[in-house]
Amino acid sequence: MKIKVKFFAILRERVGTGEVTKDVHDGTTVGELWTSLKREYAPLGSVEMRLLYAVNQNYVGADYILKDRDEVVFVPPVSGG
Amino acid sequence: MFRVTHGSIDIKEMLAFVSDAGAGAIVTFIGTTRDHNNGRKVIALDYEGYPEMAEKELSRISEEAKKKWNIQRMAIIHRLGPVQITEPSVIIAVSAAHRGDAFEACRFAIEEIKKTVPIWKKELFEGGEIWIGTQSGVPFNLSK
Repeated sequence: MKIKVKFFAILRERVGTGEVTKDVHDGTTVGELWTSLKREYAPLGSVEMRLLYAVNQNYVGADYILKDRDEVVFVPPVSGG
Repeated sequence: MFRVTHGSIDIKEMLAFVSDAGAGAIVTFIGTTRDHNNGRKVIALDYEGYPEMAEKELSRISEEAKKKWNIQRMAIIHRLGPVQITEPSVIIAVSAAHRGDAFEACRFAIEEIKKTVPIWKKELFEGGEIWIGTQSGVPFNLSK
């Protein structure tokens, strides 16, 4: 399955790009995707802030099971206003 | 009216939008860039957002406010990109039959924005920059 991952703010700066497409196996959760991205992108390995997960513009839990063409965003602590 | 924009915010347009024959009050909140934060001399704030989701969240906040208070209409516009000292980064306008509901819904909206809307501010200050809200945004030297 193809998953679109978008990075914003501090994560975008760490990864060096705003968007990547990843191939994942059926049944992969959004939490597992984050774990594999941390292995792939060394600068994410040191991220210790609390992240929220968003899929297709809605917040989801770490156990959300990804579907083909989902758009995933790992949300660092927000600071609008 | 729930938007993020790289341009400036037109408060008159927002007031016209929330204006309502059944309203006895319109309350506005304007968040502005101040020149200091935690002992740092702030030069500007640079906002980044996830526009599609941010606008969806702003709309959700309004729906929630409508369940809690008797309000007529709400408008929220948040800027993205650099916002200079004294300039507004966010404006909220709420109309209601009575002022109490308008004040409370407006307060609720700004507090919720700070908790759930995917917008991030980078503070540019004398001597460095930092993503606000992240523990790992250690100030560094801009001249490097």
